[in-house]
Amino acid sequence: MKSMNRRNFIKNGLAGGLAVAATAKATESKAAGGTFGGYPDSMGVLVDMTKCIGCRTCEAACNKEQGLAAPDKPFDDMSVFEEHRHGGLPRRTTEKAYTVVNKYEVEGRDHPLFRKFQCNHCQEPACLTSCFVNAYTKTPEGAVIYDPKVCVGCRTCMIACPFYVPAYSFSSAINPVVVKCIMCYDTRLKFGRAPACVEACPNGVMTFGKRKDLVDKAHKTIQDNPEKYVSHVYGEKEVGGTSWMYLSDVPFEEVGFDTHLGNDPIISYVKDFLGMVPMVLTIWPALFTGFHLLATRKDANTDDTKS
Amino acid sequence: MQKIVDNGFKPVDTLEKPGANRPWTIKEKVLLGLSPAEYVQQMVRNPFNWILAVIYAVGVPVLLGRFYYGLGWATHGSYDYPWGLFLGWGLFVMVPLSASGFMMGTTVELFGRKDFKPLERLGLLNGLLGYFFAVLFLEVDLGQPWRLVYPMVVSLGPAAVLFLVAWHVATYLSVQIAELVPAFSEFMGWVKPKKMVKSMVLGLTVAGIILSTLHQGALGALFTYAPGKLHPLWFSGAFQWIHFFCSSIFGGLSMLLVVSTLCKWFLKWRCDDTFLRSLDRITVGISKGCALALITYLVIKITALAHDNEWSLLLTGWGQWYIFEMTVGVVMPLTFYALSVRNNRPGMARFAAFLAVFGIALNRLNTALIAYNWKLYPEIPHWREFTIAIMVYATYIVVYRGVLYRLPILFGWKEDDK
Repeated sequence: MKSMNRRNFIKNGLAGGLAVAATAKATESKAAGGTFGGYPDSMGVLVDMTKCIGCRTCEAACNKEQGLAAPDKPFDDMSVFEEHRHGGLPRRTTEKAYTVVNKYEVEGRDHPLFRKFQCNHCQEPACLTSCFVNAYTKTPEGAVIYDPKVCVGCRTCMIACPFYVPAYSFSSAINPVVVKCIMCYDTRLKFGRAPACVEACPNGVMTFGKRKDLVDKAHKTIQDNPEKYVSHVYGEKEVGGTSWMYLSDVPFEEVGFDTHLGNDPIISYVKDFLGMVPMVLTIWPALFTGFHLLATRKDANTDDTKS
Repeated sequence: MQKIVDNGFKPVDTLEKPGANRPWTIKEKVLLGLSPAEYVQQMVRNPFNWILAVIYAVGVPVLLGRFYYGLGWATHGSYDYPWGLFLGWGLFVMVPLSASGFMMGTTVELFGRKDFKPLERLGLLNGLLGYFFAVLFLEVDLGQPWRLVYPMVVSLGPAAVLFLVAWHVATYLSVQIAELVPAFSEFMGWVKPKKMVKSMVLGLTVAGIILSTLHQGALGALFTYAPGKLHPLWFSGAFQWIHFFCSSIFGGLSMLLVVSTLCKWFLKWRCDDTFLRSLDRITVGISKGCALALITYLVIKITALAHDNEWSLLLTGWGQWYIFEMTVGVVMPLTFYALSVRNNRPGMARFAAFLAVFGIALNRLNTALIAYNWKLYPEIPHWREFTIAIMVYATYIVVYRGVLYRLPILFGWKEDDK
């Protein structure tokens, strides 16, 4: 909470402020702010991938709930699992889909493993911290939501997101916007209800609840079935923790998860630069005026002897 | 144009029209003293204009299409590569190559090296136009370019690196416009604005240094948002910003040497004696600065390898590409610059400048596009994206040339003391 208040304080304090002053203030608070670590009572979803049968009901529910464009192939068409995009990669979120399910054939496992993919709703979202018009908000309920009315379309959030989640409606000429899962914030999460995909799942793959309870539940599940699950809760700590977390019975890197992201939120890599900004702003003027005085000292000296 | 001048024509280089006892009119100055018919004639005769005509014939419809059909039509509309050539080339390459403005301002006004003055205005102009066209490239790339001012007035996100870039580029553009007011007011025949800028030139120069340090660095810092996506050899959490800043120093100066060389080759008729006489001496002088910046850059790049312990990566394919970039773009220009200073060889310095400009372009394209998403797949930009990028860059050249033809950049007005 502390960090969020500070952010608001800066935002208000800056209305109409000077660029130079603005950047200095903001970066000072960033550098001193430490990590945010998330809202204490935020909600989350725990995905037990071992239970997923790849029926795509969640994709259909999401499409309906969010009023998205009709998909290229109907949701009961399972041939999409064989589709590959550029570079032989499986399907990803697009301007028509907030979430997709992908199939992974894993050696030594009787059935393929299905992985649901959507925004993970980071505790300290990279998209939010990289946005220069504050289009993103991490709500206390845990969702990372986006305001299309202020978005300029620079797409830095797409660069910053370590999970490659945000898509962009490139097809629109007059109102292209970022497209990503908002955890059904407007229609459900705000009122304490589970996202549409969670509710629609026929197999109970996803559990909706307070994030901190879900962390405990995840560890208990692993503890109770140590021979079944991989001993890792993906999303508990990755890039500062995410609201969506995953359990798997095969190593995560084999089913498309990036296991090299580290536990620091993305903004921590940027802080070295941000902390330096106010120093340059304050030290450079005196330093370079000093250089000028030194460089032109001969003129000053001759003037002195003349008078 | 050179031909007309060889035939005895004198382009406008005085304030008063000789023999007429009145100043040149603006129209006459714009046409360089030629009649409209003669001016069109020399335009048609210039083969470079024919190349431009082809570029525009293809480029203009494609550019219009980009705004009518959207970015998805003009580019691959990739979700994995949200930035393409428009930013990769137009922003990340053009901005460091435009650092010449603040470097020349610092040399002449702040360090008091008046002996570099004949190239100061060219440096400032190179800076201003480079930034201006970087913003145009940005406008082509933004999803909603009409919202360009949003980070300034509508919704502020001051903790983001791009916020700093936006504000600093905007402020620095105004600083550079102010720094070029003297040249423009001389062209228009004004007196007051020139005096005013002269009185605040030190302040403008210091502001230029601060803003340049920060936004050149910030362009590098933008990639610290993508630690897992950019190849570790081009990524440095601790030093990314200083790599970008330091390389912009020799990048801007080398671009200035390239442009001045092109002027000497193709615009000789527009250069006055002071410019031509001092060019070789100044070129060698600037080489010294470039060599210092290059050796610094080389050392901090190696420091970054050591800091993150990435030596083993040098043995991979990416490592060879990295070594190629560092050899051709850094070590070779460094050597040639140093030799040119030692043996007083301006020609060698010019060769070094071309190499260094190539090196900067390669480094920025590697960072923004080639080594970006190295774990995914390489993406070659859409042909329409190339077409638009070439057209916008051609416009940059046209405007650049147009200004050099007219404003006192490569020449001073004769009898300016009046």
